[in-house]
Amino acid sequence: MSFPWANEYKPSHPAMVWLDEKLPLPRFVYNAIGAGYPVPRNLNYMYNFGVLAGFCLVIQIVTGVVLAMHYAANTGVAFNSTEHIMRDVNWGWMLRYGHANGASAFFVVVYFHIFRGFFYGSYKAPREMIWLLGVAIFLLMMATAFMGYVLPWGQMSYWGAKVITGLFGAIPLVGEPIQTWLLGGFAPDQAALNRFFSLHFLLPFVILGVVILHIWALHIPGSTNPTGVEVKQESDTVPFHPYYTAKDGFGLGVFLIFYCAMLFFAPNALGHPDNYIPANPMQTPAHIVPEWYFWPFYAILRAFTQNFLFFPAKLMGVLAMFSSILVWFLLPWLDKSPVRSGHFRPTFRKFFWLLVIDVAVLGYCGGSPAEEPYVIISQIAALYYFAHFFIILPLVSMTEKPLPLPFSITEAVLGADEAAALAPSAAPAE
Amino acid sequence: MIRIFSMLVGAFFSLALLWSAGKGTVAYISEPPAKTVEAEFHQHPKALSLSSDGAFGKFDRQQLQRGFQVYSEVCATCHAIKQVSYGDLRELGYNEAEVKAIAAKAQVPEYNPATGEVKQHPGALKDHFPPVVYGGAGSPPDLSLIAKARHGGAAYIYSLLTGYADQAGYKNEKGEELLKKFPDAKTPDGLFFNPYFANLNIAMPQPLVSDGQVSYKDGTKASVDQMAQDVSAFLVWTAEPKLEKRHQTGWPVLGFLIFATVLAYMAYRTVWAEKKGH
Ligand code: HEC
Ligand code: HEM
Repeated sequence: MSFPWANEYKPSHPAMVWLDEKLPLPRFVYNAIGAGYPVPRNLNYMYNFGVLAGFCLVIQIVTGVVLAMHYAANTGVAFNSTEHIMRDVNWGWMLRYGHANGASAFFVVVYFHIFRGFFYGSYKAPREMIWLLGVAIFLLMMATAFMGYVLPWGQMSYWGAKVITGLFGAIPLVGEPIQTWLLGGFAPDQAALNRFFSLHFLLPFVILGVVILHIWALHIPGSTNPTGVEVKQESDTVPFHPYYTAKDGFGLGVFLIFYCAMLFFAPNALGHPDNYIPANPMQTPAHIVPEWYFWPFYAILRAFTQNFLFFPAKLMGVLAMFSSILVWFLLPWLDKSPVRSGHFRPTFRKFFWLLVIDVAVLGYCGGSPAEEPYVIISQIAALYYFAHFFIILPLVSMTEKPLPLPFSITEAVLGADEAAALAPSAAPAE
Repeated sequence: MIRIFSMLVGAFFSLALLWSAGKGTVAYISEPPAKTVEAEFHQHPKALSLSSDGAFGKFDRQQLQRGFQVYSEVCATCHAIKQVSYGDLRELGYNEAEVKAIAAKAQVPEYNPATGEVKQHPGALKDHFPPVVYGGAGSPPDLSLIAKARHGGAAYIYSLLTGYADQAGYKNEKGEELLKKFPDAKTPDGLFFNPYFANLNIAMPQPLVSDGQVSYKDGTKASVDQMAQDVSAFLVWTAEPKLEKRHQTGWPVLGFLIFATVLAYMAYRTVWAEKKGH
C-alpha cells in the first residue's frame, strides 16, 4: 500500500518485536496514522475535518452509551427519563448537552468535509470508492440523528417522526403499508420509540464500520491535496506522524473550544423550544421543523407545491429530497474534468461558491415557516441546486478550459527552483 | 450516457420547480394572503435582565426564594412543577429544616400497585411537587420547563405576566388600532387579551394583579413588576437547576482548552519549522 518511500515499522523493544510477530497491530497503526503513511506536504486546514469527524463519532458513542444507561425507551417515561438525566444523574446534563450539541458539531464538521471534497474534486478517480463510502456515512448519520431526536419524546420528536415517516406514505400503492410497517402502528407510539432506540444504538457502530472502510480505501491512493496534482516523488510528501498529528492536534483544540463554548454557554441555541414540551399526539405544534442540519433538504422537500405531470406534489418533494443527496453518489461520473482542484478551474469555481450560498439559502428557508416569501425563495434555490449537480457540473466539465497545473506538489510549494525540487526529502523526526 | 440521463432528471426536477414557483407566484399576486391579526399585533418579549444571564450568570438566591414564594402563593393553584423535588429547594438557599417544613405541608399522592389505591401522604425531600387538580378553562401547562419551552424564555414569561392589556383601544407601535383593523378579532368570552401570547388570547386570567399580592419575607416591595421578574427567575431555575454548575464548569474547561490549543499550535509550528511553504 501507499508509496515505496514510506517508512517501515521497526520495533526496537523486545516486547513490541514479539507482538509484531504475533499480531502486527502496532505496525498497522504505524502505517495507517503514524510515520509509515506519507501524506502530501501541502494540505491546508480544510483537510482537518476528516479527523475531526472521527473524533465526533467517538464523542457520540461515548456520551451515547452512558446516556443509554439512564434513558428509558417507553413513551410514558422517556421524557421524564431525559429530565432525570439532566437533573439527577451525576454530570448527566453535561452528557446530554454534549450528545445533543455533539450531533450538531458532527454535522458542521461533516458539511465542511463534504464541501472540501466538492471543491478539490476529491470524488474523482482513483478515489471514487472513498467518496461513495463517505456519502453512505452521511446517509447513515442522517438516519441516526433523526432517530436520536425522537428519543426524548418531546413535541418535535413526536411530530418530526410523524412527518418524516409520513414521507414514505407518499410512495404510490405501497406507501402506507410501508409507513405502518416502519412505525409498527399508524402513528409514532411505543413500538416506534422502542425500535428507534434500538436502531439509534446500533447505527453508530455501523457508521464506525463504514468509517474504517472509508479510511482503508483512502490509504490506497492517499489524500488529494489543494493542487489536485498527484504525488510524484518523496519530496511531495511528509510522514503523517509527526507532521499531521501535530496539525490535527491543533485543529482538534480549536474544534473543542467551539464545541465546549456551545455545550457550556449556549447548549439550547441550536435546539427547538418545543422539544421541552412532552409529546402530545392531540396537539400539533405551530411549525414543525427538523433540526438545523436537515433544513436544506427539508426546504427541497417543501419546495414542490404543485402536482407535476402524473406526479403528486408530495411525491415529487420526496423524490427530489432523496435525489438531492443520492446525486452525490454519481458525482465521479458526472464531473469528468481531468483537473481535480477548483483552484485551477475558473468556471467551476464560480459555480462552487454559488452552490455554497445556495445551500445556505435553502437552509435558511428550511428553518422558516412554509409561507411566502420563503416558499418562492426555496423554489429558486432548489432549482439552482438541481441545475448545479445534474446539468451545470457535467456541462462545465466538458467545456471549461482549466488553468495550467504545477508540475508537482513540491514545485507548487517551493517554486520551480530545481534545487528545491530535489531537496533532501522529509525524514521523520526521530 | 450517465450524463445525458442526469441532465434529463435535472430538467425534470427543474421544470417541476418552475411550475410550482410559477403557480405559486400567480396565486400570490392574484390572491395575496390576508394579513393576520397575530402577524400585525403580536409583540416580541420585553427585555428582562436576570443575574443568571450570560456566560458568567449566577442565580440570585434571594430572588429565587421570592420567586418560589410567588409561585407557591399564586401560580401553584393552577400550575404544577413536577420535575422539581422538595429536596431540590435546598439549592435555593433554604436549610434542611425549612425544606422539610415546606414539603410536609404538601399532600403527595402515592399509588400502591398491590392494592391499586392512591394514598396521600405528607411530602418528603425525595418527593416531586404533586400534580395540580384544575377545574377552570384551558389547561395550565406544567411550569418546570416552561422557561426553555418558549422562545424568549424568562423574558417571555415576564412579558406575558405583565402584558395583559385592555383590547378596546389597543394600538400597536405603528399606531394602528386592533379592533378597527380587525373588527372580528375581539377576544372571546372566557379568554383574556395579551399581545405577548402567540394568538393574543390566553385562557389564563391575569395572575399578578396588584402590588402587595404577596408579602415578601425579605421585605422587598412586591410590585407586580417585581413579582413577575422574581417568578420568571424562579422558573429559569426550575428549568435548568444545573445552570450555575454548567457555567462554573465551562470556564476552567475553556481555559484549559485555550492553553492546550496554544501549546498544540506551538508544537505544530515547531514540527513544521524546517518545511518551507508553511
Ligand atoms: C387561575 C389559574 C392560573 C393561575 C393562578 C396561573 N395560571 Fe398560568 N396558565 C393558566 C392557564 C389556564 C394557562 C393556559 C393558557 C392557554 O393555553 O391559553 C396558563 C398558561 C401559562 C403559561 C404558558 C403560556 C404559553 O405560552 O403557553 C405560563 C408561562 C404561565 N401560565 C405562567 C403562570 C405564572 C408564572 C403564574 C403565577 C404568577 C400563573 N401562570 C398563574 C392558568 C393559571
Ligand atoms: C452517529 C452518532 C450519533 C448521532 C448523530 C446521535 C444523535 C442524537 C440526537 C440528535 C439525539 C437527541 C438529542 C436531544 O435533544 O436530547 C440523540 C439522543 C440519544 N442518543 Fe444519540 N447519536 C449518536 C450516537 C449515539 C450512540 C452511539 C448512543 C448509545 C449507544 C446514543 C444514545 C442516545 C440516547 C440514549 C439518546 C436519548 C437521550 C437524549 O435525548 O439525550 N447515541 N442522539
